[in-house]
Amino acid sequence: MSGYLLYPGCSMETSAVAYHDSLAAVADLLGLELREIDDWNCCGATEYLGINLIPAYALIARNLALAARQANGSRTVVAPCSACYLNLSKANHYMRERPILGERVNEALAAGGLHYDPGSVHIRHLLDVLINDIGLERVRDRVSRPLAGLRVAPYLGCMVPRPDYEKRWSDHEHPDELDRLLEALGAEVIDFPLKTHCCGGHMTQISPETAYELIRRLLQAADQYQADMIATVCPMCQLNLDAYQSAANQHFHTDYSIPVVFFTQLMGLAFGLDAEAAGFGRELVSARDALDRIGLPRQAPEEGEGATRQRRPRKPEGLPMPTVPGREGKG
Amino acid sequence: MTSAQEDGNGRRLDHRPRIGVYVCHCGSNIAGTVDVAELRTWAEQRLRHRGVVVARDYKFMCSSLGQELIAKDIKEHRLERVVVAACSPHLHEMTFRKACTQAGLNPFLCELASIREHVSWVHTDRTAATDKARAVIAGAVERVARNEPLEPMHVPVHPATLVVGGGIAGIQAALEIADAGYPVYLVERDPSIGGHMAQFDKTFPTLDCAACILTPRMVSAGTHDNITLLTWSEVEKVDGYVGNFAVTVRKKPRYIDTALCTGCGICQEKCPKKVIDEVYESGLAYRKAVYTPFPQAVPKYPVIDARNCTYFLKGKCRACEKFCPTGAIDFEQAEERITLEVGSIILATGYDLFDPRRVTQYGFGRLANVFSSLEFERMTNSAGPTNGEIVLRDGKTRPETVGIIHCVGSRDRNFNNYCSAICCMQSLKFAHLVKERTEATVYNFYIDMRTPAKAYDEFYQRVLEEGTLFVRGKVAEVTETARLPRETGRLVIQVEDTLAGKQRRIAVDMVVLSAALEPRHDSADVAKRFGISCSHDGWFIEKHPKLDPVSTMTEGIFIAGCATGPKDIPATVAQGAAAAARVLGHIQQGQIELEPIRASVIEERCSGCRICNDLCPFGAITFVDERMLTEINPVLCQGCGTCIAACPAGAITGTGYSNDQILAQIDGLLLRALDVPDSEPTLV
Repeated sequence: MSGYLLYPGCSMETSAVAYHDSLAAVADLLGLELREIDDWNCCGATEYLGINLIPAYALIARNLALAARQANGSRTVVAPCSACYLNLSKANHYMRERPILGERVNEALAAGGLHYDPGSVHIRHLLDVLINDIGLERVRDRVSRPLAGLRVAPYLGCMVPRPDYEKRWSDHEHPDELDRLLEALGAEVIDFPLKTHCCGGHMTQISPETAYELIRRLLQAADQYQADMIATVCPMCQLNLDAYQSAANQHFHTDYSIPVVFFTQLMGLAFGLDAEAAGFGRELVSARDALDRIGLPRQAPEEGEGATRQRRPRKPEGLPMPTVPGREGKG
Repeated sequence: MTSAQEDGNGRRLDHRPRIGVYVCHCGSNIAGTVDVAELRTWAEQRLRHRGVVVARDYKFMCSSLGQELIAKDIKEHRLERVVVAACSPHLHEMTFRKACTQAGLNPFLCELASIREHVSWVHTDRTAATDKARAVIAGAVERVARNEPLEPMHVPVHPATLVVGGGIAGIQAALEIADAGYPVYLVERDPSIGGHMAQFDKTFPTLDCAACILTPRMVSAGTHDNITLLTWSEVEKVDGYVGNFAVTVRKKPRYIDTALCTGCGICQEKCPKKVIDEVYESGLAYRKAVYTPFPQAVPKYPVIDARNCTYFLKGKCRACEKFCPTGAIDFEQAEERITLEVGSIILATGYDLFDPRRVTQYGFGRLANVFSSLEFERMTNSAGPTNGEIVLRDGKTRPETVGIIHCVGSRDRNFNNYCSAICCMQSLKFAHLVKERTEATVYNFYIDMRTPAKAYDEFYQRVLEEGTLFVRGKVAEVTETARLPRETGRLVIQVEDTLAGKQRRIAVDMVVLSAALEPRHDSADVAKRFGISCSHDGWFIEKHPKLDPVSTMTEGIFIAGCATGPKDIPATVAQGAAAAARVLGHIQQGQIELEPIRASVIEERCSGCRICNDLCPFGAITFVDERMLTEINPVLCQGCGTCIAACPAGAITGTGYSNDQILAQIDGLLLRALDVPDSEPTLV
């Protein structure tokens, strides 16, 4: 495939600059050609669809119409942000499934001289493109500094694997795409049970306590599994877990300190970029300690934090575990 | 009395036979959607020039009175052909053919027009349905005018029976037939008969020991004079037809000379290679590379698992051979193919357990203390890997709390829509066994409790009284993530308690997943091999789901047990016995009447091109070299029509399905025939 149309979404230019910069760097190294959709607008995020359907879909569909017009060779729109990905997919799906909705939206688009035939572009998440088009082999080939010793919790959030309109994900409850990608970078990937749970989304604005509880669950689980870092694919998830970590700590009298980074940042690091070029330093809960650890992979873990680390035994004794085809040896 | 004669085009009749048309109301089944009175008048008037001399409608044509009506008309109106517009021929063709025979008309001069299954049941618009019924009747009238009187064929039934599958259904069927004095071949692909039932410790609701009730049957099957046991064998090919099947069985090499082996077990003791037993132990324990699956295995002879045996993999070891006291190990053994002549076949091939890994949110395969139902059956079995002790995956810790999740892979549109029928009772049994053997608190997470058979609900009451806790709701997920100190190091079940109307988190030490029963992974292939049908999800299809649950649409092939759908042991045994009764009926009749629907070659048209020769699925076609012609053996021919369609010269014709008959029927269906005056060709 010659290239993809990129729908960056608003966050990439504001809270998720680290995602934006690391993606640009990584795409370069992998030869992933991303052409930004000209004159794109906000997808409406999570709220607008709940308020007024037609304007909300029109807002989304404007981007699809622009993409379809710009499509030249590639008809695939890549969205790095999960909310954008879900919104674009939804519009693509429901404009076809509910023809009246499609008509009304196109009436609105006509005011701007645009038209969109649902289904004329494909919407894919960045992770899907990296795994299925670029492929783990190419990713592995690029790795010059394996992230050995870094325990990472792969966190997809709730909007990527469901409802999966184009049937692209391995599983809706426990997909393993991000796990496999991070493993290819040489990281030690934990089997994160909450990988598709909600981060609270915009509940931080509406009902902070609800959001704090959801944030706490994720931090607590990552801590329980002794993760050095949480790797996300979504600006919303990153923002909530990172920026509201101290608020959640205050609320629950906890003291979690778990850096939350974008998976492309870890790719950048593994591909040999220095931390700054990979977008590190922008996170509020600093990833520096964890980075130091892999910067000196041969060095014994410092006492204190490292020494208390208890790894689960590799081979459990007693009754054999059910065998899992293709996933042997995963802890 | 052949009244139909062909002209050059093959569709003109010199003499149009006298036809009676009988429209059935089938209560309101047909009359509710189709205007039956109108059909009768129409047939009488508009089909008169097509030979119809009388038409009637009646509430239930299949009743004795309805049949008498037809018989009376045959005599009074001197009918030469009869069309009954009613249900599918599968149901009542025999009824009306018999009625015609009794009135002196050859049964094959009677046609059924299916205006119930093909019309009234599948349409709602009365006008359109009535129009369609007209077309179906007109087609039958055109066709029946060209039917010829035929005589049924009789074939002898071979008294031997093949039973495929050595679980409790197959064992029951084999014993019933063998006890009646007829020979049975019992084929099983595993090393021993016994099936899933041999894995269980207790059976619900009576809690009888499964082995105590099963092993005597296994021994009887193994020692019965009339039963030839073929374990470690698979059916490869089925030729022939009802009464006379020729079945090719592949006997996999055991690498054990059964004439010398005493079943002492020393080979298993000495074998250095341990592998996880995925079949009998459901992955919960190890076996050796040479093994008998369990101590009561029938036959007692072990097999060498060549895929794991060190000698086969690396070329050395042969420890078993060195230690075998009777020299029974034979690494040179090769697989063998034998052909069995049988008259009937019973398929009792059972089920596979749904793979609970597919419900990823329940963590099977990832979380150590999540067990599948078959793993748990093995764990509770006193001869199992833990000697019946209920312990965690570490092999020693007793759980303080156990959660049993129902409907894993059943009643779930992501996996299987159906109810697996046994899981509620099995889960209750598990709860009872945990209570009996440990001090643990037990939760059952269910969607609906289904306990419909004899003494089942009483067992549910008993388990309730024993203190098992029931939560109604589908479990969302099982994780190891602790939110509260008491959850640390345990499995947390997140569930909506739909009776209390709230979300609950319940921490347990062990989770048991009551997984669905699924069709065997290769059931579609097996169905194809035996020429029967299976549903899209893979269960074998019965001839009739209520009235003929052990027969198939293929004469002489019967089905029993879980191969047709999830079943408990009593239902499985009943089906095994029922299938045996059907087989015995055939055997005792001595011969079976076959429809004389056969293909035959019109010699003067056959060019000897041989295109048809390799197409016949029944091997009925031979080429006669001296005459450069193809011949069809009417006993082997099943009338499938493949050769007829393939013949470029149109030299093969099917009795009862001649081109003439079929084209005339199509003319009728298109109502083209109606507008053509009598004795004129309908098509050019």
